[in-house]
Amino acid sequence: MARITRRKFLQYSGAAGMAGILASHRAPVFAQANQVHILRWNDFVPAADKVLREVFAPEVQKALGIKLNVETINANDIPARATSSIQSGNGPDIIMVLNNYPHLYASAAVDVSALADEVGKAQGGIYDANAQLNRVGGKWVAMPWSVVPACVAYRKSWFEEAGAKSFPKTWKEYHEVGKKLKAAKHPIGQTLGNTFGDAPTFTYPLLWSYGGQEVDAKGKVVLDSKETVESVRFMAQFWKDAHDEGGLAWDDSNNNRAFLSGDISASLNGASIYVAALNGADKFKTEKGAPLHTDIAHSLLPAGPKGQHAYHTAFNHMVMKYSKNAKGAIEFLRWAHKKENYEKWFTVQKGFAVGPTKEWENHPMWKNDPVMAPFRTAPQAQKRLMGYQGQPNQKAAEAWNKFIVTVMYAQACSGKSKPEEAVKWAAGELGKIYTGA
Amino acid sequence: MNEAIAASGRRVQRVSRLTRILESEKVLATALLGPGVIILLVFIAYPFVMALWYSLTSIRVGDAGQFVGLANFSKAIQDTIFQQAFKNTVFYTFWATIFKLALGMWLALLLNRHFRFKRIVRASMLLPFIIPTVLSAFAWRWMFDPTFSVMNWALYHGGLITDRLPFLSSGDWAMWCAVVVNTWRGMPFFAITLLAGLQTISPDLHEAAALDGANAWHRFWHVTWPLLLPVTLVVVVFSVIQTFSDFQLIYVLTGGGPANSTHLIATYAYQIGVGSGLLGEGAALSLFMFPVLFAVVWVQLRYLKRMDNA
Repeated sequence: MARITRRKFLQYSGAAGMAGILASHRAPVFAQANQVHILRWNDFVPAADKVLREVFAPEVQKALGIKLNVETINANDIPARATSSIQSGNGPDIIMVLNNYPHLYASAAVDVSALADEVGKAQGGIYDANAQLNRVGGKWVAMPWSVVPACVAYRKSWFEEAGAKSFPKTWKEYHEVGKKLKAAKHPIGQTLGNTFGDAPTFTYPLLWSYGGQEVDAKGKVVLDSKETVESVRFMAQFWKDAHDEGGLAWDDSNNNRAFLSGDISASLNGASIYVAALNGADKFKTEKGAPLHTDIAHSLLPAGPKGQHAYHTAFNHMVMKYSKNAKGAIEFLRWAHKKENYEKWFTVQKGFAVGPTKEWENHPMWKNDPVMAPFRTAPQAQKRLMGYQGQPNQKAAEAWNKFIVTVMYAQACSGKSKPEEAVKWAAGELGKIYTGA
Repeated sequence: MNEAIAASGRRVQRVSRLTRILESEKVLATALLGPGVIILLVFIAYPFVMALWYSLTSIRVGDAGQFVGLANFSKAIQDTIFQQAFKNTVFYTFWATIFKLALGMWLALLLNRHFRFKRIVRASMLLPFIIPTVLSAFAWRWMFDPTFSVMNWALYHGGLITDRLPFLSSGDWAMWCAVVVNTWRGMPFFAITLLAGLQTISPDLHEAAALDGANAWHRFWHVTWPLLLPVTLVVVVFSVIQTFSDFQLIYVLTGGGPANSTHLIATYAYQIGVGSGLLGEGAALSLFMFPVLFAVVWVQLRYLKRMDNA
C-alpha cells in the first residue's frame, strides 16, 4: 500500500479544496449548520436588541434548531454593508433595510411573498404604505418588521409658559410658540443634517403640507413650484426664530441628548426620548426636580395650508439571494412574526416601534401609557411616501439617499442660498435622477 | 547505508542546482520581485482596472448594467454637489498642507534643540499620528458638538462669547474645523520627517554662517531651507496625496454636511457608489482624483530624477 506522507496529504487536500473553490466561484463556508446571520441597526431602544440576543436566539435554537447570529451597526452604515454584501455575494443572510430601500436592492432579494401574505392574513393586514415600500413588480422583496412613527416630543410646561395649552395645530402657530420658546432659551431642536431618520421624516411632510411635491403622477419633476418655495421660505424664518441652529450638524441621536439634557423644548423623533426618560426616571429630571417623562407629551407634526402629513420610518427584513441558508432565514422570520414571539420584542419597545400589521394597534400595552397614544395608530395616517406623486421606487430611493429635499431646506436655513435658489437646485438634482438629464 | 549516501548525494545535487539557478540575476530578481508584483496586481491594479470599467458602465448594486461610455463622467461634471466636493477637496488639501508644513517645520526646529525630556517630548508628539483617525475624529466631533462642545463651554464660561460658535453647523466653519483636525493629525509626520532631515545638516555650516554675521532667520533661509528642500518636497507630496484622497476624517466629523458643504471627492463618491448603490457613478467620481494625484506624483518623480542627475 502506498504510504501517504503528511506533506502529500496537505498537497492533495489543498489542491482539491482549491479546485472546489474555483469550480464553485465561492469561498468555503465553515459550519454550514442551520445558522442565520441577521444584520440590524443599533436599536434606539437597546433593550430590544437584548431581546433578540438573549431571548430570540436561544428560543429559536430550541424551536427550530437555528443558530441566530445578531449583528448590529449604525443605521446610517447599513446601505454600505448591503451594497458590499450584494456585490461580493457574501454577508448576512438577512439585512434590515429602511424605508423604500427594498426597491434599490430588489434584484438581490429572495421573494418572501408567501411569508408576507401569511403574516398579513393572520394579523389584520400589513399597512398599505409598508406594502408599497416592500413590493416590487408584484412580489414582496422584503418583509416589513416594524414602523417607527415620528411624533414631536415636547415639554408641556415650557409650551404652557409660552402660551400653548396644547401642541400647535398649524405650522404658523408652531412658529409663534417657537419664537417665545427660543426667547426663553428653550429652542426647538430639529436635525437638518444628512441623516437617515429625523431629518427626512420632518422635511418631506413639511413639503407636502404646503402643497409641494417631487414629481407629478406621470413622473415629471415638479418640485420647483411656488408651494415649495413658500415652504422653504417659511422654514428658513422658522429656523432663525425658533430653532437651535446647531441642528444643521445633528444626526439622529443629537436631539435625544439635547432634549434629555434640557437644552431644547421639542423635537420630531421616534419615542426614544420618552422611552429613555421613562427608563431613566432617576437620572432625567425637570428643572423643578420632577421626573422628566412626566413633562413630555407627543403630537403629530402641525398642518400646513394643504393639510397635515407625516412620514414614519419603515424597518424591513430582506432575505438575501446570495444566502446559503435563505430557507432557514425565512423560517426564522416566520417564527419571529408569530404573535407570541413578536410580542416579546414589541413590548420592550414601549411603542417606539409599532407592528407592521394593524393587529398590533389592539395590544394591551397601549393601555399602560396614554402619553404613547399618538404612536399607536400613527402608521394609518401615512398617506404619502417619498417620490410622491409617483411611486416610492428606485429613483425616489436615490433622491432620499442623497438627502436632496433635506439639503434644500438646510441650504436656505443656513443662509447659504435664498429659498428660490435652494428649490431650483433641488429640482435640478431631482431632474438628473428622474430623467438622467 | 548505500541508500542513505545516495539520498544525501541527491539532496546536495538539488541544493546546488537551486543555488545555480538563483545565481542568475534574472531569476533571482524575478523571484524577489514576484511577490511584490503579485500583491500590486491583485490589490492595486485589479481594483483600479475594475474601477475604470465600472466608471464606463451603468452598474448599480445587484445589476451589472451596460456600457455607457463617458456618461458617468459628464453627469459628474454637471453635478453641483460634485463641483462643491471638488472645490472643497482642493481647499482642504491646500490649507491643511500649508499649516502642516509651517507648524511641522516650526516644531521640527524646536525639537532639534537640546532640552530636558527631549526624547519623551519627541515620542509623545507622534500620538496624534498613531491614534486611529476614526477615534481621534470622534473625539474632535465631541469637542465641536453643536450642543455640548467643550470649547464653546470654555469660551462661554471664560466670558469670551455670548452665543455658541457654529463649529460644525456652518458650512464654512465646518470646513475650517476639518482643516484644523487634519493639521493636528498630520503635523507630527511633517515634524518627525523634517527633524530627521535637520539632523543631517552639519552644524559646521550654521557655525560658519554665524561667524559671517548671519542672524537666525538668515541661517534658516540660506542654510537650513535649501538643504531641507528635497525632504520637504517628498513630505509635501506624500501629504498632498493622503489629504486629497482623505475619507475617514470627514466621514466621521461631518458626514459631508451641513447641506453637503464639506463633502470631499472621496466621501461623495462613497455616498453615491456605496451608500446609494450607484457603483458606476461612484467609480467615475472617485476617478476624478486620479489625474490630480498623477500630476503630483509625476512632479515628485521628475524632481527626484533631477536630484539624482545633479
